[in-house]
Amino acid sequence: MFKKRPPPEEERRVRANDREYNEKFQYASNCIMTSKYNVITFLPVNLFEQFQEVANTYFLFLLILQLIPQISSLSWFTTIVPLVLVLSITAVKDATDDYFRHKSDNQVNNRQSQVVIHGSLQKEKWMNVRVGDVIKLENNQFVAADLLLLSSSEPHSLCYIETAELDGETNMKVRQSLSVTAELGDPNNLASFNGEVVCEPPNNKLDRFCGLLYWRETKYPLSNQNMLLRGCVLRNTEYCYGLVIFAGPDTKLMQNSGRTKFKRTSIDRLMNTLVLWIFCFLVCMGVILAVGNAVWEVEVGSRFHSFLAWDLPVDNFLFSAFLSFWSYVIILNTVVPISLYVSVEVIRLGHSYFINWDRQMYCPQCNTAAEARTTTLNEELGQVEYIFSDKTGTLTQNIMSFNKCSISGRAYGEVIDPMAGQPKRLDFSSFNPLADPDFCFYDNSLLESVKLGDPHSHEFFRLLSLCHTVMSEEKKEGELVYKAQSPDEGALVTAARNFGFMFRSRTPGTVTVTELGRPVTYTLLAILDFNNIRKRMSVIVRNPEGRIRLYCKGADTLLFERLHPCNHHLMNVTTDHLNEYAGDGLRTLVLAYRDLSEEQWEEWAENHRQADMSTDCRDDRLAATYEHIEQDMMLLGATAIEDKLQEGVPETIAILSLANIKIWVLTGDKQETAVNIGYSCKMLTDDMTEVFIISGYTVQRVREELRRARERMMDIRGGAEDTGGGRDLPSGGEKQQQCPPPPAPPSSTTLDSISGEFALVINGHSLAHALEADMEGEFVWTACACRAVICCRVTPLQKAQVVELIKKHKKAVTLAIGDGANDVSMIKTAHIGVGISGQEGIQAVLASDYSFSQFRFLQRLLLVHGRWSYLRMCRFLCYFFYKNFAFTMVHFWFGFFCGFSAQTVYDQYFITLYNIVYTSLPVLAMGIFDQDVPEQRSLEYPKLYEPGQLNLLFNKREFFICIAQGIYTSVVLFCVPYAIFSQATQGTGEPLADYQTFAVTTATALVIVVSVQIALDTGYWTVINHFFVWGSLCIFFSIMVAMHSQTLFSIFPQQFHFIGSAQCTLVQPLVWLTITLATVICILPVLAFRFLKLDLKPQLSDTVRYTQLVRQKKRKPAGRCMGGVRGGAVGVAEGRLGARGGSRRSGYAFAHQEGFGELITSGKNMRLSSLALANFASRHSSSWIDTLRKKKHSTTHPPQSASGESSPAPSYVSGSAPPLSNSSSLLGGSQDTPPEDGTRTPPVTLPQMAPGPHINTAPASVQVLSAGILTPTSVRSAGGDSSSGWTLSLGAVQEALIGWRGVAARISGTSSPGLPPNPRKQTTQCEMERQTDGT
Amino acid sequence: MPKEQDLANRPDNTAFTQQRLPAWQPILSAGIVIPGFVLIGLAFIGIGVALFLTSRSIQVQEFDYTGVDTTSSCYMCSSTNVPNCVCYVNFTLTTKFQGMVYFYYALSNYFQSHRKFGASRDYYQLSGDTTYFTAPLDVCIPFQYANTTPIVPCGLSANSLFNDTFKLYQIVNGTTKLVPFDGRGIAWWSDYNIKYQNPKVTPLKDAFKGTAKPVNWPKPAYELDTTDPSNNGFVNQDFLVWMRRAALPNFWKLYRRITDPDYVGGLPAGNYSIEITYNYPVISFNGKKRVVLSNVSWMGGRNPFLGIAYLVVGSLCIVMSIVMLIVYAKFKFPDDV
Repeated sequence: MFKKRPPPEEERRVRANDREYNEKFQYASNCIMTSKYNVITFLPVNLFEQFQEVANTYFLFLLILQLIPQISSLSWFTTIVPLVLVLSITAVKDATDDYFRHKSDNQVNNRQSQVVIHGSLQKEKWMNVRVGDVIKLENNQFVAADLLLLSSSEPHSLCYIETAELDGETNMKVRQSLSVTAELGDPNNLASFNGEVVCEPPNNKLDRFCGLLYWRETKYPLSNQNMLLRGCVLRNTEYCYGLVIFAGPDTKLMQNSGRTKFKRTSIDRLMNTLVLWIFCFLVCMGVILAVGNAVWEVEVGSRFHSFLAWDLPVDNFLFSAFLSFWSYVIILNTVVPISLYVSVEVIRLGHSYFINWDRQMYCPQCNTAAEARTTTLNEELGQVEYIFSDKTGTLTQNIMSFNKCSISGRAYGEVIDPMAGQPKRLDFSSFNPLADPDFCFYDNSLLESVKLGDPHSHEFFRLLSLCHTVMSEEKKEGELVYKAQSPDEGALVTAARNFGFMFRSRTPGTVTVTELGRPVTYTLLAILDFNNIRKRMSVIVRNPEGRIRLYCKGADTLLFERLHPCNHHLMNVTTDHLNEYAGDGLRTLVLAYRDLSEEQWEEWAENHRQADMSTDCRDDRLAATYEHIEQDMMLLGATAIEDKLQEGVPETIAILSLANIKIWVLTGDKQETAVNIGYSCKMLTDDMTEVFIISGYTVQRVREELRRARERMMDIRGGAEDTGGGRDLPSGGEKQQQCPPPPAPPSSTTLDSISGEFALVINGHSLAHALEADMEGEFVWTACACRAVICCRVTPLQKAQVVELIKKHKKAVTLAIGDGANDVSMIKTAHIGVGISGQEGIQAVLASDYSFSQFRFLQRLLLVHGRWSYLRMCRFLCYFFYKNFAFTMVHFWFGFFCGFSAQTVYDQYFITLYNIVYTSLPVLAMGIFDQDVPEQRSLEYPKLYEPGQLNLLFNKREFFICIAQGIYTSVVLFCVPYAIFSQATQGTGEPLADYQTFAVTTATALVIVVSVQIALDTGYWTVINHFFVWGSLCIFFSIMVAMHSQTLFSIFPQQFHFIGSAQCTLVQPLVWLTITLATVICILPVLAFRFLKLDLKPQLSDTVRYTQLVRQKKRKPAGRCMGGVRGGAVGVAEGRLGARGGSRRSGYAFAHQEGFGELITSGKNMRLSSLALANFASRHSSSWIDTLRKKKHSTTHPPQSASGESSPAPSYVSGSAPPLSNSSSLLGGSQDTPPEDGTRTPPVTLPQMAPGPHINTAPASVQVLSAGILTPTSVRSAGGDSSSGWTLSLGAVQEALIGWRGVAARISGTSSPGLPPNPRKQTTQCEMERQTDGT
Repeated sequence: MPKEQDLANRPDNTAFTQQRLPAWQPILSAGIVIPGFVLIGLAFIGIGVALFLTSRSIQVQEFDYTGVDTTSSCYMCSSTNVPNCVCYVNFTLTTKFQGMVYFYYALSNYFQSHRKFGASRDYYQLSGDTTYFTAPLDVCIPFQYANTTPIVPCGLSANSLFNDTFKLYQIVNGTTKLVPFDGRGIAWWSDYNIKYQNPKVTPLKDAFKGTAKPVNWPKPAYELDTTDPSNNGFVNQDFLVWMRRAALPNFWKLYRRITDPDYVGGLPAGNYSIEITYNYPVISFNGKKRVVLSNVSWMGGRNPFLGIAYLVVGSLCIVMSIVMLIVYAKFKFPDDV
């Protein structure tokens, strides 16, 4: 029982208020230490950690080699200087990090808490709190340790906590103490409390706790419901007392803060591979030179002994060769420079800062700037192929707004007159002083009808004000705050409030409503709560007059079945309205009521009571009674709630998909909601050929559905091919034959050739089967052939599995974006995790690599920052490897002329400083600041993103090209001076070919060549670039002159024996002629090659850059481009209205949780201290409603919806051939017709933006497209409401995508290379088109 | 509009943080690249022509005296190991040797570029620090100590000092007339004045007390030049020239200049004879020894490669520019029609 604590604690015993007893177990104190070092341990521990890095160890090994005099071909400082530099930079960074950890630890440890000691409260620092102490917490305080709740100020000893720091959920949770301890009350009683808790050892399970409380000879079971965990914040509770169970490092919070897995980018991995290859290359060269040395020693050296005797230990040529090998390993090690890793880190850090600093990724509403939380992944942002997005809070704001309604056959909410411009928001304040000022509604007719006393409208809003489980708080007269369980409900009750039916308060048995200024209290007879199967909720109320009425709201499908037959006509009208709403992506609910006679009610109440009492199948029996009474209802109308998309979501999705990024939505929401959102953010469109829905419950079913989807795709594609490109493709039939793909997924070419006009919606329960090993291949294949994939009802784990699946099968870079705790697993799994720092707490952000507050910033993160980062990193790496090969390989060639003796070509100081001083800054500046095209262009031309996805800018091929160029340069740098110097003399007759002159000349030539090369590589010359490039050259010359000066020589003659070389060499005209010649021979071929490549095979970025240049020149005289853009935007905005056809998609969107009704009727949650509430409400005044939405996520509903019975693959738009054949023939046309044709008929036949025939070059088409793509951005910039201004143009953009492929194909082909012949003319034309579009 | 403090986290709007620094964005446009190539080509051709012509005007006379060939007069000296063996190389100048004439000796297949040649010397010693006379640096191994006596100057480089000597005679009407050599100023200024310093001890010999001469040397350092006392020790010009090691295995080293007033305009045409005191063994490692007479121009000695290289590169630039022009024209202009 009293065993010493062995490392794995088996159970924990804590006796309250008995420190002596508890100390026996040596439980951890409440002092936390997240820091790694202290002043004394810093150096050894940090060094130890750093030398665990392979690179550092490698350089340490080199350093040791250099200390052996027989091997040392270079002084020890050539390695130690960079190594020390690198180590100290890292050490400083680590030290800073740790300092801040110390600081935050101190801050946390010194927080005050109140401990009950001897019956009185004493202030103690957190770190002095011990296990077994009873502490008092006050409202809004952080919980200091994991506590067992003993008592609280609230009735029933309830206690409200917010767990945002723990699990990211911001909704409040309720904790309740055991009833025995609840009575303890004041500190005196608590001080005498001596219960003993026996519980599980510390663990990281946040939602589980089991233990027993022994007190007064009785056992009481404890559960998580009794625990307050460290990190939570006490809310709405004046105070509470708790017994410390786990402290400090044992708390669940600390147990959970494991180190996150370190993510590496693909460039990192490639770099490591390459470094390994280079290392092998180094060894090979070492071997070659060692063999050379052996041969030389035999052939020449042995006879040369009278002049050149062997060093002492060397007695034969083999040993000499062995030493020579190591000597060469030392001098050639600069091919893998130590500064590579540091520079890469510095560049990434710079890029991260640029992300943090970006004002366009700053959200003024929430005062949050984007944050790169990981600094090592930036360039991977430029390679993303798959985005996995959460829906709620990520795509949507999770703010519901009452948008439209249909009241007894009349639709309200649609503002029909488009000419009136921005419709005016209704002002409710005059009508209703208690109206919620944030409520937006535009249709005045509804308000009028309420004012006129239309009974239907009144009943409609009465229902909304009665039938809900919202709680209201009114601290001051007129300051109402609703706390709704789901944002939908909040929106509905708020709407009723604004229209004069204000829900004021409730008790377990009554509901008080102010109806048009007149308070009415209804008796609440029953709440027929919502659940997943019922998809509706009802209340039964008795009004003051005594009439009993049942009010019901719910999903149309279910409610329509339960209506009284006389509603038939109204039902049809309402159905039309519902279709309309669904078409607009709104979430709909149908409202109905039923009058009940007293007898009916009595009878039902009796039944209900019996059902409620029954012990077996209580739920079923209750459901049956509910079912019984919800019949023969009268239809009142329908509501449509807009699940507001975040700003700019459809634009972002469109642009990202134009950038060939596939977006998958993974959501815990229901299928209907998810599909609705899919439509409203334009992932799904009515133009889509087919939307496949996979919702089977069994393996066979899912397999079957997947197979059918695939067959459909094949069929349609086959058909399209026949109509579109059949005449050119006689082999189409063959392709079709290979269509039915057995489990082995077809080749990726087949897959890519399917135009992505399909969408896949898959349910969580089907996904579980699809993710099984034997089906995942099929699933991936099918899903990837679709343009949009929506996975609904997925669990957090499944989210991660899907991401993992794509990572495994597609070898593509994945990005996961989400905002809630349920996205954490996915964020951690994906290559890049992005957290939306929205309203759902910080868990996702904490787990993420990047965080910002709006989904739309993603386009900037990827297309601007990611693209640039990738570009810069690639250019940096190319150049870096180049410069080091150019630098180092000279030694190799020189080896043949110095008897393979590992004689370096350069001065040792030059070798030391070359990488860290002479050439580091220009390439760093390029790596940090370079831009190929301006940021606006990368958003206008999303195709610019593609090189990153295809990994074109730095891969093994590019690497070999760099290496080849580097080796070429080294050859030139050696051979030119060699050829010239072998006979040359100075003007004074002294021969030039002495070693020091040669060294200085080669070094100078090298520095100049690499500087010119960086100048060529730099595309964006800022002041900093100029400063660094010219500065590096100056530094080189000044350091060289200084090193070769008399002063240094007189102090260290042995080290600085190059005295006078620089001064003497650099005044020789011949030396400069040599340097010039070498530079020109090195650079001109590169220049010519680049020029020809630009002409013959221009990249899109080159073209854009070129047109940009031309446009800049063009813009100077006339600034009309802006006007054109704006015109286009207006056109799009106008076109929006009436553009949507709207296929029937009814969305039951009652995001709700069962059981709240019970809580209301039991009255448990009825009281909140007014003080606490005031506090709470003021903190959450604006976003309180949204915070509750978390409920929806935290409950994963069992797969029991009725949709399983629907046909296996119902296609919403089945058989809509026209759009498909249209688009595929477009595609076929652009691929199959000869280029000349293609240029005459641009593949983009977008009526609203491309009056194209007179556009006749590829880049011109690009521009036309850009006009289309530009519009959304300009809509926003013009200040319009973006989400509405987008509607129509999206279809166009998506078609533009197809057009793009054609364009891209032609751009990459050799048929019409080159830039536009007369770019000025082209741009003008383009601008004019935009203007015509606009007007 | 949100209030000021609500925007506390708003990033600064500077050109730097927003990545909008004004920048020059060069592009490889035809208007720059093609004329650039032409200009570089023309400049290179111009320089090349100048260099080539200058180089052609330089006269060089070169004689191998290794003595491998049995017909060579130095054959005897090379095959036997007689010290101070003397042999002659005779030659005839058909035209006058213009300007100041420089006399070089050249060694080939001689690896002064070997790492140890560079490393194996003690600059403390050579800069006249007498503390290192008694304890030379370890880098001088195996020529650090002769038995236990420290070697000054120590190390491989010094030990292998080239010790053939040359005299040039003009044969005028059968009589030989010594062409006086000028041995001053043949070493680098910085070497002579800064890098190599004799100890400040007079007479110099005292400084070398207790030290041994390098193994291969016939005489100690302070007796290198018996004719000129100031040309001894570490500042001996021949020693300095030798110690400035060659970068490549085949090298020239300046031996003397001809500054005599009689020959100030150059060596007149006629017969000459070089008297060689043959000491330095090179046959064993297939080395070659030569003497070279040359005059220099602004660009130094004869160097045909440089001119040709410039010409070739210049022409290639022109060719390249034409190719680029064609490519540019072919792929740019037709679209404009």
